[in-house]
Amino acid sequence: MSSVSRTVSHAWADSATMLRRQLRHMLRYPTLILTAAGVPVVFLLLFVYVLGGILGTGLGGPSGGRDAYVNYVVPGVILMTVATAAQGTAISVAIDMTEGIVARFRTMAIARVSVLTGHVLGSLIQTLLSIAAVIGVALLVGFEPTADFGEWLGAVGVLVMTILALTWLSVALAMVAKSVATASNMLTPLMILPMMGSGFVPTDSMPAGLKWFADYQPFTPFIETLRGLLMGTPIDDSATLTIGWCALIALGGYLWAKKLYNREPNK
Amino acid sequence: MTIDLGRPAVAATAVRKAYGDHVVLDGIDLDIPAGSVFALLGPNGAGKTTVVQILSTLIRADAGEMRVAGHDVVRDPDAVRAAIGVTGQFSAVDGFLTGEENLLLMADLNRLPRKERRQSAADLLARLDLMDAARKPAATYSGGMRRRLDLAMTLVGRPRVIFLDEPTTGLDPRSRRTMWEIIRGLVNDEGVTILLTTQYLEEADRLADRIAVLHRGKLVAEGSPEELKRQVGGGHVTLRFADPRGYDHAARTLDVVSRNDEARTLQIPSQGDVRSLRALLDWLDHTSLTVDELQVHTPDLDDVFFALTGNPVTEQEPAR
Repeated sequence: MSSVSRTVSHAWADSATMLRRQLRHMLRYPTLILTAAGVPVVFLLLFVYVLGGILGTGLGGPSGGRDAYVNYVVPGVILMTVATAAQGTAISVAIDMTEGIVARFRTMAIARVSVLTGHVLGSLIQTLLSIAAVIGVALLVGFEPTADFGEWLGAVGVLVMTILALTWLSVALAMVAKSVATASNMLTPLMILPMMGSGFVPTDSMPAGLKWFADYQPFTPFIETLRGLLMGTPIDDSATLTIGWCALIALGGYLWAKKLYNREPNK
Repeated sequence: MTIDLGRPAVAATAVRKAYGDHVVLDGIDLDIPAGSVFALLGPNGAGKTTVVQILSTLIRADAGEMRVAGHDVVRDPDAVRAAIGVTGQFSAVDGFLTGEENLLLMADLNRLPRKERRQSAADLLARLDLMDAARKPAATYSGGMRRRLDLAMTLVGRPRVIFLDEPTTGLDPRSRRTMWEIIRGLVNDEGVTILLTTQYLEEADRLADRIAVLHRGKLVAEGSPEELKRQVGGGHVTLRFADPRGYDHAARTLDVVSRNDEARTLQIPSQGDVRSLRALLDWLDHTSLTVDELQVHTPDLDDVFFALTGNPVTEQEPAR
């Protein structure tokens, strides 16, 4: 085997080992998945039952009311789940970095970035499980997606892209933070972004400045693409924007996180 | 495992490290023969941990040549990492995983063949007396158990050079003794090279073939434990006499290092061994002198530092 291909195969093997480590953590503390799903579910129920009657009518569709609003809000809540889970990832990376085990990994002949890759892949699985739980609750409260099998696959693809992008970003932010609490706080704005986009109400209903921000921030194309796939609304250029944003954020987050990890641990 | 005797396992010259204006290591030379135990002795903040961090590729030195297991630390860090094992001062175990899972994780990262993974984990659990706790999360372990698991994880990769950074600091006396036995066994059975740092002269004395004393970023003394103790001077026995008559008589007759007339105490050189103590007690008995108190004092880190630097440990610079 050439040294390059050996390096690559080692990187895969080490990342797989680190992923198994994360899955073990998850199996030992399955409540993490429920916690990550809990906040979005509460928001779903609040928005549907407290605000949904009025907001649904405001959408101006033919049916209106609460039933219309459930179908409108679920994609936004799903993206909120992605953001909540990213915060969880940041916390667990920050905890890891304060532990001696990472110092041990650094003195071992393993692929350096595999610790982080393990976190990201573990979070991907955990987030998808949380989203499944959220969709389950949504179906119970009247969510009626129109997607066929192909569109569901597309939706999963969009979610995998956004999860990878936001998770790499949160891993980098977690390493910028010097403490677990800071890491958690740094990710809070990420949870508000779905609300300041097209997640809960159409951006047309917002004041000019906010509408401009809402139209151009990445969560809006994420939500519009997902909504289009699940509910058959027009997608237009949202799909292209989503792929572009995700590639940009994922690559930027990855390179940033890698650079931060390779920096000398300060005492 | 091959032991390349004669070739140094660790060779370092003129290693320097500073954080801003604060010089932590000011030109350190080390030459540790393969198959030996080398102790780096010094108080808190002397720079011991920094030496370990540099040689284990965790941080970079500002200057100096360093080779570990024949590989250049700066140019070929991965070759060094493949040859070493590190057990740090702060336990490097995954608290969420059980002891066994921690060892299997190390087996995977060291790319042990699938069949050997479980065997290796089981062997190390037995060897480090962790069988009963193998299925419990490491977060529930006591300090001594965590340290043993930490060492077991280091051993999974069968390292040729092992760095032990204060392996017994914070442990109770019994756990400390267990740890000493394990470390001694490693050297005797497997011929590995060990660089250990410690604040305890007793620990260095028990374990090391050679000791170097680190003081303010420099090595101020190096030698075998015996050589070092000779430099330091031996221990002594302190006797406190009940009455002035006996005190005067003893002060005139015995070989006295120092005396305190007010407290009526005499210090007599002694290695603290049974034979010389019995001779002393016999003499006291024979002359019917009444001694209220007898204390045996063996040389400790304070004595070493006092002898080498003229300052007791407590007056050392509170460095990082």
